[in-house]
Amino acid sequence: MAISDAIIGWKTLPFGCHVMEPGNSAKFRTGDWRSQHPVTDREKCIKCGMCWIFCPDMAYSQTLEGYYEANMEYCKGCGICAHECPKDAITMVPEEG
Amino acid sequence: MAKRVGVEVSIAVADAVKLANADVIPAYPITPQTHIVEHLSDLVANGELDAEFVPVESEHAAMSCCCGSSAAGARTFTSSSSQGLSLMSEILYHPGPMRLPIVMVVANRALAAPISIWNDHQDIMVQRDIGWIQTFAENGQEAFDLTLHAFRVAEDRRVSLPMIVNIDGFTLSHVIEPIEILSQEEVDRFLPSFKPRVRLDVKKPVSMGPVGVPEVYTEAKMAHNEVLKASKKVVVQAWKEFADLFGREYHPVETYRVDDAEALLVTMGSISETAMTAVDAMRDKGEKVGLVRIRLWRPFPGPEFRKAVGKAQVLAVIDRCLPPGAVCGPVGEELRSLFYKVPGAPKIFSFVAGLGGRDVTVERFNEIVSKARAYAKKRPTENYEVIGVREQ
Amino acid sequence: MIPEFEKFKGFSAKNLPKDEPLAPGHRACQGCGEVLALRMVMKALGRDVIVCNATGCMEIISSPFPQTAWNVPWIHVAFENAAAVASGVESARKALMRKGRIPKKHVDILAVGGDGATGDIGLQWISGAFERGHDLLYVCLDNEAYMNTGVQRSGCTPYGAMTTTSPPGKKSFGQATWKKNVPAIMAAHGIPYVATASPAYYLDLMNKVKKAALVNGPAYVHIYSPCPTGWGSAGERSVEYSKLAVETRVFPLYEVIEGRYIMSRKITKPKPVLDYFKGQRRFRHLTDEQISSIQNKVDVEYEKIIKLSEMT
Repeated sequence: MAISDAIIGWKTLPFGCHVMEPGNSAKFRTGDWRSQHPVTDREKCIKCGMCWIFCPDMAYSQTLEGYYEANMEYCKGCGICAHECPKDAITMVPEEG
Repeated sequence: MAKRVGVEVSIAVADAVKLANADVIPAYPITPQTHIVEHLSDLVANGELDAEFVPVESEHAAMSCCCGSSAAGARTFTSSSSQGLSLMSEILYHPGPMRLPIVMVVANRALAAPISIWNDHQDIMVQRDIGWIQTFAENGQEAFDLTLHAFRVAEDRRVSLPMIVNIDGFTLSHVIEPIEILSQEEVDRFLPSFKPRVRLDVKKPVSMGPVGVPEVYTEAKMAHNEVLKASKKVVVQAWKEFADLFGREYHPVETYRVDDAEALLVTMGSISETAMTAVDAMRDKGEKVGLVRIRLWRPFPGPEFRKAVGKAQVLAVIDRCLPPGAVCGPVGEELRSLFYKVPGAPKIFSFVAGLGGRDVTVERFNEIVSKARAYAKKRPTENYEVIGVREQ
Repeated sequence: MIPEFEKFKGFSAKNLPKDEPLAPGHRACQGCGEVLALRMVMKALGRDVIVCNATGCMEIISSPFPQTAWNVPWIHVAFENAAAVASGVESARKALMRKGRIPKKHVDILAVGGDGATGDIGLQWISGAFERGHDLLYVCLDNEAYMNTGVQRSGCTPYGAMTTTSPPGKKSFGQATWKKNVPAIMAAHGIPYVATASPAYYLDLMNKVKKAALVNGPAYVHIYSPCPTGWGSAGERSVEYSKLAVETRVFPLYEVIEGRYIMSRKITKPKPVLDYFKGQRRFRHLTDEQISSIQNKVDVEYEKIIKLSEMT
């Protein structure tokens, strides 16, 4: 969902200019702000979830095996996860291109 | 059944709010609005009105609290005046576009400096463009009726806009008049309970008041303007129904002895009653003078006003507000632009009178009419004239 | 003791809510400590909450029409008045539940604003709401300046810090005043619950927010919120600074429950403030002398809070 979705006529504008669909910012991909992304070394990972709780962008979620994985559609590449990882299991890798 | 009683107008307004069964009343005291909110506090304290009276710490907080309350789905009322209305100004611009049907009675009062507690219309004219529906009452009965009417119109799902009823401070707010107080059963027939179109509810989350990015801001303002303009139909319908139920008629523009009139006075609010007395006296002397009163100020009833003026050639417009450095008073400006390049338009002369509690007497109306008639023959040097001001 | 606390067992590493009442896709800067704190606040509160947001970073980044990051009912009116808007929401629900027009159900009312919206422009509105005793919680996300408008100083900007309106120069060393003690002002209202928190101590933060919500009446939580953009710090270090601020005693963690000060974390072996200043551009210009004067003040203020906690 891009800002162009705001391009609607006054007659179709929602009542009161309210946003009726909760949490629809999730359609907006902040991942392309990124210049680096986290890569987790599962050998070192202890599944403590620090990366998940300290992520300002709600990018991390837990996999079935209990590891935490960052959703690249949201990860802005801030590097908090790598910095806070108690086992130094996360490395920030520059984006290519 | 309705009961005709001698009662202070402020008390009658508070009784109307009680009969409307308001849910939340955030209010901050300011002269001359105090009797309204004092009486409402009494009604809540005595259990006669089941509402939350929120004794906020400022008028700005009063209007902020109103926004939260209305957004949560409560019938919300407040009252203010003058400096207090100016203090809440920032927030007055929010409920319109956000479609929050708050009802407010403004006891009109002058603005400082010098500080004055007395009546004129400067407080509300500063808030002309807040995007609320605005009506003016001329007497106590109207103050009562228009307050009930305001709830009905504001909360109508086609409208869902905030609404102000203007009553002149002291001149109306503090006088005792014979007023017909409707019974609960009668009010219930006119005013359904409030069913908001959207409210803050955990079951159906909605975000109110998002950022208006440039791609949407113009459309948001347009949507608000269009719904405000369209509200006139509902305003009139509700008055029609009120008349059918209770026999008292109201119109966006009221006229008095306008048939065959050559010159018309134009007024708003309680000075209209003195103006009628003046018109009667002038008519007795054979002068073809009439009166047009603007009851609905926003949205401005342009076609109704033009119709009311008919073939009259001279309009003497009285503003109870002196905007320093402007071309003329706000009502004068409005009417001049309304008639601009309209074929057969009357000549419009603007007068400022009745500032800060100065009485506008029958003699003043005579003076205004004779000046306007003279100016129609010989163009005045100034765009407007302040009436009853001493030079030395 | 507050009876409402008895039914709350507290969050632990084992029972952290997975749900995100604040959705991703928000426009906060990389490494924003404020949105991280807000995320934790919302995790603690869950979805039975109505949020009244003051104008500021969190409002702007979460609600560019036609999008919202809010999965819960949310309203923004203006900068200074979130507490008054929340008073209105709370009063409306009270009246409507009593009159049988909405189902009887407790919903938390959260008013949230930055340090400017809380300690400066909005102080009166919060004071009014607290004095009237509305059942709501107010959360201040303190990033120590007006970040949304471009890093201007506020009453909560720390002494010596560089902002765009407290620039160091020939006749200035940066912010010339000490940080306003906003939690103490709030506690002075005699409200049942006041606390300070830091996102580095996320369990502590979430437990305090939940307690603030449970309290019957007004509650206040003041949360330290690093701002890489405004502080000139690395985004990856936001959580580290949240920790250092506590470990250096710059930002003590405590609760004030019914007037009693309780230290959440006693810092017996504090790190020097210099450790905390390093890497923050806003403190880069400070001389050793200025830093030592700040160190003294930090020690004195910390002792005051310790004394308060020992008194009660």
